[in-house]
Amino acid sequence: MYPRWLWPAFALPGVVWLVLLFLVPFYAVIGVAFGSVDPILLQAQPAWNPLDWNIGWFSQVLGELTPGGAYWTVFIRTVEYVVVSIVGCFLIGYPVAYYIARHATRTKTLLLILLILPFWISYLMRMLAWVNLLAPDGYVNRFLIWTHVLSTPYGFLDGKSSTVIWALIYGYIPYFILPLYAALDRIDRHYLEAARDLGASPFRAFVHVTLPLSKAGVLGGMVLIALPMFGDYYTPNIVSGAPTTSMIGNQIDLYFHGGPQPTIGAAITILLSAFLVVLMGYYMWTIYRASKELRGA
Amino acid sequence: MSDTTVTRSAVDRTRGFSTLQRARGWMSNPWGRPRFLVVITWAYMIWALVPVLIAIQFSFNDSRSRTVWHGFSTKWYWGDPVNSVWNDPALRTALSQSIKLAAADVVIATPIGVALALGLARWRGRGSGPSNFLMLFPLVTPEIVMGVSLLLLFTQLFTVVHTGTTAQILGHVTFSISYVVVIVRGRLFSIGREYEEAAADLGASPSVALFRILLPLLTPAIVASAAIVFAISIDDFVISQWLSNGADTTTVPMAIYSATRAAPLPSTNAIATVMVLITLASVVAGFLVWRMFTRGERGAGQSAIGDFAALDA
Repeated sequence: MYPRWLWPAFALPGVVWLVLLFLVPFYAVIGVAFGSVDPILLQAQPAWNPLDWNIGWFSQVLGELTPGGAYWTVFIRTVEYVVVSIVGCFLIGYPVAYYIARHATRTKTLLLILLILPFWISYLMRMLAWVNLLAPDGYVNRFLIWTHVLSTPYGFLDGKSSTVIWALIYGYIPYFILPLYAALDRIDRHYLEAARDLGASPFRAFVHVTLPLSKAGVLGGMVLIALPMFGDYYTPNIVSGAPTTSMIGNQIDLYFHGGPQPTIGAAITILLSAFLVVLMGYYMWTIYRASKELRGA
Repeated sequence: MSDTTVTRSAVDRTRGFSTLQRARGWMSNPWGRPRFLVVITWAYMIWALVPVLIAIQFSFNDSRSRTVWHGFSTKWYWGDPVNSVWNDPALRTALSQSIKLAAADVVIATPIGVALALGLARWRGRGSGPSNFLMLFPLVTPEIVMGVSLLLLFTQLFTVVHTGTTAQILGHVTFSISYVVVIVRGRLFSIGREYEEAAADLGASPSVALFRILLPLLTPAIVASAAIVFAISIDDFVISQWLSNGADTTTVPMAIYSATRAAPLPSTNAIATVMVLITLASVVAGFLVWRMFTRGERGAGQSAIGDFAALDA
């Protein structure tokens, strides 16, 4: 009933926008990373023609990112922080999502509202809150001194890895719990009833029915928080600021905002994206599949 | 079932089983009363939200401290002649810049996103696959990668734009379009095509079917996506920071960031509180409109909240 050209015409402005402001910018990063650097002004001279590409800077950065290189420690630290934070999110988040999806009855609406609330509180505000709490005379230190756990204030904000991981968990856990809740909520209770009727103990029913059926939700939530965590630089900067806790995102930030050396920054950005491509692909596949199911239903 | 639970835990108690085993029993029984899960869930909620409430509390502190309470005052909002949100030019500029960017983002990204959602949902020709793929990309790209690439775009390739407000708006729209598409497309699939087909059978022209039937049915999703775009834009830090060119284009999250790293005053907490209120107001308004339009399509308000929550996920 609609003319055939109508739908492509509707899609056109959005597609053009994303090509010009999403795809072309990637090419700008590639051009800068494979360009050269003005020897006197130290400004980046991008190479737009692939034939002019100069892989010198790129291979230098790549060398620094392999074992023994200058960025290797930062890279390993980033992976450590992200993995520990994801495990933390899982250990805290799974019981919460499970309870709200399966058991909450009268309080379910309230719990859901509380669950989405952090989404709408600025991430920076939530970090600021912890900076206030963890300050030398903040509530946490005063509580620990009052209970005689500590005799002098502990420098939580003086470059402690544990504080950065704590802040990462606190910052990203809402994004983990919500999709997991949705996945757990979708599980058909009849499967559990069937498992119990066939004699499975509650624990076995959980392990063999609920857990496998929520696997997609767990993995989806993990990937969803892993991607921004790998690119995070503001969290370590706010709660620590020390070079001993800097992540790969801090290196990129440093080369653009600290000392202007965009060629190196662009090369690290490309390597980070290449490293994350598998996670990005997995996540896009899950969104794509979900939208296909929606369309089919 | 619940009888079994009672006897089980009674047996556990008499035999003196470990807490772990009892906890396991509660966790795994889908019909029992999982007390320890209740405790974990509420402890999580307190942990997630109370720090923010304390930060809000200190925005009302009657001293320069953000850690020691000296009594209630609104001086960090408007009382203090130099450092309050109202009187500090830096904070005022930041607030107006944030609102400006978010408003422009809503005005530009919502129509483009709605059109793209319609187009992608129904276009079946060559190019629709890659376009779908392209639309999903901004959702999974770490913000720092988008920030770097847009910064290099505006400093090396499209140098007419420069960094600053225009670049910030272009960047915000770029990451917002996909959210609009995902929300509107979900609604589009749940509506189906029956209403338009019925209209066409009754003699409606394509434009009538589109503007009198389909668009009104999409209204809740359009309003919800506009509210969400406003909220994600006003809370955005990374893209705003990478495309900023100095004090005039500083947004509130950027002001909070630099203040936190330097020596923050309670006015930082105050402006953060203002932002929380603005964001929550826009989301609540979006939700109310969403529920008003979709009332009657489902039973209780509970599932409406569930649907609205699912929009984020």
